[in-house]
Amino acid sequence: MDATHGNSNLVSLCVGQRGVVTSLAAEGIGRRRMLDLGLVPGTIVESVRRSPAGDPTAYIIRGTVIALRSEESSKIFVNPL
Amino acid sequence: MGLTHQSSGKGALREDYLNYNVKGDYVIALAGNPNTGKSTVFNALTGLKQHTGNWPGKTVVQALGNYKHGQKQITLVDLPGTYSLLANSPEEQVARDFICFAEPDATVVVVDATCLERNLNLALQVLEITPKSIICLNLMDEARRKKIKIDVPALANKLGVPVIPTAARNGEGLTLLKDTINLVAAGAIELNPKRLVYDAKLEAAILELAGELDSLLPPQINRRWIALRLIDGDYTVVDGIRKFLEKKLVKEDFAS
Ligand SMILES: Nc1nc2c(ncn2[C@@H]2O[C@H](COP(=O)(O)OP(=O)(O)OP(=O)(O)O)[C@@H](O)[C@H]2O)c(=O)[nH]1
Ligand SMILES: [Mg+2]
Repeated sequence: MDATHGNSNLVSLCVGQRGVVTSLAAEGIGRRRMLDLGLVPGTIVESVRRSPAGDPTAYIIRGTVIALRSEESSKIFVNPL
Repeated sequence: MGLTHQSSGKGALREDYLNYNVKGDYVIALAGNPNTGKSTVFNALTGLKQHTGNWPGKTVVQALGNYKHGQKQITLVDLPGTYSLLANSPEEQVARDFICFAEPDATVVVVDATCLERNLNLALQVLEITPKSIICLNLMDEARRKKIKIDVPALANKLGVPVIPTAARNGEGLTLLKDTINLVAAGAIELNPKRLVYDAKLEAAILELAGELDSLLPPQINRRWIALRLIDGDYTVVDGIRKFLEKKLVKEDFAS
């Protein structure tokens, strides 16, 4: 649970599940990268594949498949759909 | 004795950024996301007259080419494909420093018409640095195939710069692109680039910082953009300014 960001992050999405971005808990360059990928509040993200080791996970973000490490995806908060 | 192209600082500085002896009338930069057809546009415009190497001090591949259009000799610079100019990879630094400090006569942003939303991020970042921009709306054949309709005049109106639909692989739209490049480079088109307005607190900070920067920077450098980077905590831009001023001072010593 996180009072400012809600209770789900991208890591917690199951493969095939979608979520709407609510906020980012990153600062500086890390935050910039997320914004440049199109991860702004309201964006729908779908989890599509998890690597055998469990990390990274591939997501569809605005029409492009992008792999994110849990280090990053745990900072992206979503409302699961 | 008037200033020649060589001694005016502008032409000479570009040569430092490119490590290449620029001849001709205009230097045009080609920017865009990866895989949007930049090299296809580049090859279609320049043919085989290419010069490849690395960007000075970087292991990032550089491609330069020349072509002639409407009595003008043009040097085209294929910048590395990036999603952003702000996340500080070597590719992004090369692209950003060239657009900000080497003062190309125009910057063409090649965008993927089938994936416009993702591509507009970079386009807006370029517009934030330089008004002398043209959007090359490429892969129009793919967009038509996918039944994607784009209101080109509305897009041009919103962005405030020319938008030229192209399908570079089969040559569609390239003559109009070349005409438009010449017009923008010559300053013959009125440009009114979309300016991002931030919240009041940030705008006040930008204004204050840009004021402080005013006496420190040569007039051609975009103070608002530098102020934004500093507020972002992006100090690599300070390095960019230092390099620019060093190059400029060296040139001025030689000129005097
Ligand atoms: N259908 C279609 N394909 C195109 C068009 N322009 C380029 N392509 C194709 O798109 C692919 C990528 O083109 P490039 O020119 O290599 O793209 P780029 O932007 O230089 O890519 P990077 O340098 O890797 O960032 C190639 O297979 C081109 O043949 C076009 O207008 N229509
Ligand atoms: Mg290329």
